[in-house]
Amino acid sequence: MERVIVSMQDPDMGIKMRNQRLLITVIPHAMTGRDIVDWLIQKYSITEEEALHTGNFLVKYGYIYPLKEPRNLCLKQDETPYRFQVYIHTIYLARKNIRKQGELIEYEKECYNALHKRINHTWDFVVMQAREQLRASKQRRKSDRIVLECQEQAFWLINRPPPGVMDILEEGPERRNGANTRVQLVSGILETCAVDIEHNRKSLGRNRIKSSICLESFVKYCEQYQDHDPIMQGCLPSNPWITDDIMYWNMNAEMVPMPTKLRVERWTFSFMELLNDPLGKKELLTYLEKEFSGTHTLHINTHIQWLAKVFIPLKRFHILQFLAPGASRWVNIDSKTMEKTLQGIKHPHRFVMDDAQMHIYFLMKKDSYPRYLKSELYKNLLARAVVPQETKKSVFPFMRRQRHSSPSPALVTQTAEDNGKAQPNTGKTNTGTAAQI
Amino acid sequence: MACQGLSKGETVSSLRAESENLKAKLEEERSKLHDVELHQVAEKVEALGQFVMKTRRTLKGHGNKVLCMDWCRDKRRIVSSSQDGKVIVWDAYTTNKEHAVTMPCTWVMACAYAPSGCAIACGGLDNKCSVYPLSLDKNENLSAKKKSVAMHTNYLSSCSFTNSDMQLLTSSGDGTCALWDVESGQLLQSFHGHSADVLSLNLAPSETGNTFVSGGCDKKANVWDMRSGQNIQSFETHESDINCVRYYPSGDAFATGSDDATCRLYDLRADREVAIYSKESIIFGASSVDFSLSGRLLFAGYNDYTINVWDVLKGTRVAILFGHENRVSTVRVSPDGTAFCSGSWDNTLRRWAGYSFRFVYCCIWTL
Repeated sequence: MERVIVSMQDPDMGIKMRNQRLLITVIPHAMTGRDIVDWLIQKYSITEEEALHTGNFLVKYGYIYPLKEPRNLCLKQDETPYRFQVYIHTIYLARKNIRKQGELIEYEKECYNALHKRINHTWDFVVMQAREQLRASKQRRKSDRIVLECQEQAFWLINRPPPGVMDILEEGPERRNGANTRVQLVSGILETCAVDIEHNRKSLGRNRIKSSICLESFVKYCEQYQDHDPIMQGCLPSNPWITDDIMYWNMNAEMVPMPTKLRVERWTFSFMELLNDPLGKKELLTYLEKEFSGTHTLHINTHIQWLAKVFIPLKRFHILQFLAPGASRWVNIDSKTMEKTLQGIKHPHRFVMDDAQMHIYFLMKKDSYPRYLKSELYKNLLARAVVPQETKKSVFPFMRRQRHSSPSPALVTQTAEDNGKAQPNTGKTNTGTAAQI
Repeated sequence: MACQGLSKGETVSSLRAESENLKAKLEEERSKLHDVELHQVAEKVEALGQFVMKTRRTLKGHGNKVLCMDWCRDKRRIVSSSQDGKVIVWDAYTTNKEHAVTMPCTWVMACAYAPSGCAIACGGLDNKCSVYPLSLDKNENLSAKKKSVAMHTNYLSSCSFTNSDMQLLTSSGDGTCALWDVESGQLLQSFHGHSADVLSLNLAPSETGNTFVSGGCDKKANVWDMRSGQNIQSFETHESDINCVRYYPSGDAFATGSDDATCRLYDLRADREVAIYSKESIIFGASSVDFSLSGRLLFAGYNDYTINVWDVLKGTRVAILFGHENRVSTVRVSPDGTAFCSGSWDNTLRRWAGYSFRFVYCCIWTL
């Protein structure tokens, strides 16, 4: 905000201060609300609404004050005259300067000099005002003068705090940052320096990719997903928030007999997309089942299953995630990974399954996933997939549709628990998508 | 003793010099591969027209500033927390309140919905993060089943479940992030590296699911490995506190919103800042950011009560949304991308027939 105010006061590009009329009084050196808004619009290429919004803040924070109805701190886009608060501050300091004959406190001196530089072009006006005010105050009673002086001093302490003092106008819980933790032990500094150096050294050795390649990928990603972005392209049949029709959610529910075309297409974007969709995962497993029925052996993965259940007490290892529950599946992992995993199982830790999981995940991504996409199963599904009809918003806006509530997810699990059955919830994995296989 | 002090003094300055030197070298390395700007690459992309977004739902009910909110995976429920200690679970579609919890502390700055939809986590000035299982039994007091999971030595700024209900990731004013096991309350991993309050964190939507990014008052955004606790990458280009961090949907980049009135995009593979979203007329800090589903739009809530919508690729602003009457504290896009929700410090006082009500808003917006 300071920046904006400073540019406003620029003698060439800033707002022109003129004599403004307030009823019959002529007030020198002021600007109208209209001037402020117009200047903001012109300088920052923004709309009138935005300029008014920003201008209002300048008034609310006290940088500009209205000369009419001073209690109402808002910007009026008319002929109401306004003045910069910085002038009051400068005049105050000028007065002090004159009175104390140049003996201002250090930070006040700095402020004064800085302000002098900034509003040099109107200095005569400032000095004149300061002298006027001093003369007027001499006519007041001493007690009044003292009180007023103290009031002013306090006001500026709050609004223009000297360096090092907390600005109490800030809101929100106090945040610590480097600036206000003044006491720092030497050992602390040494430590952070050492850590920084180590970190920077490591970072120097990083493999980086050219910007052109990285940025191109963003363009591609946005393009690919554009049709799937409801905020940008809308969604069929309609956005539930707009039309109060939850058809869109019903058609895209987790397990529907017939998914939408967009949804099925999305599975081709990446392996992660396929796995993130419960329906996609189910389809993939169906495919694998068909592909490998009868040909494969009970492989090492059954060892993993058994070991996992017996040796690893941690409930969250649903190694069954590797495979669909029940039947045997091919899952080929190399002997090295298997050995490492078996070793790990002897002294189980949280990540003992990670290597095996990763291996299987990447295998499937490289092999099964592309094959699935080329399969008849997928192609048939895509052909049969639904493209919903668009439903327009109701012609009579006052006929609002009933908004029905949906069963809470909490209810679903509760019922399952009540039935005494602990079903392995496929959502509960402790690492990423890899564990969902 | 004096000698030791002197040598330490020398060491400090020489270490500092070395650190600065390395930083400079790092910047040099980073810029070597920077052959093009994002907006240049995006020149061929069709420009977006001006957006007009409207509020579709207004959720009224909090008595004081809304500080945080999170969506449920069912795409219509949300949990929100506020300054007065209340945490409310809503069905945003019907605007019905489904659950309400009163925390024993004020300024509940963090809240999160569990992936299963069966629990919520929240915390704030109590320095803890607690998990409340959601029960539909009307007679049951949710606070009875409360589980205290995380313990920090300063306020809790942000929390998030990992891919399951079992683990919770938290960030705190004590400068650390931590990973907890929900059931046992055990600390699984802690992340040290920020030199000031950590204000926000976000889990990477990656295949391997084990990194996250955090942003703090030390102006740094750090990327962490959840397994080892190591700080993998660090970015320091903001000029003030980073209030919010959010991954780009592909997981290859993340955006930040800061008190320096800018939002920035950092690419993880290029290892550098690749875009700044700012305008001279925007002079207030950005408190919260989130991407639309395709990553083309960035929604950012600011302390001047507005929400700016940015074209991520071209770097231009496509819309400015007015609608809140106080700071926008949180902005989140729904899981299916159909809408986004904004929460604010709104505190409108209305008088009806002699009673006065305070309404604080969460708004749901769409095109």
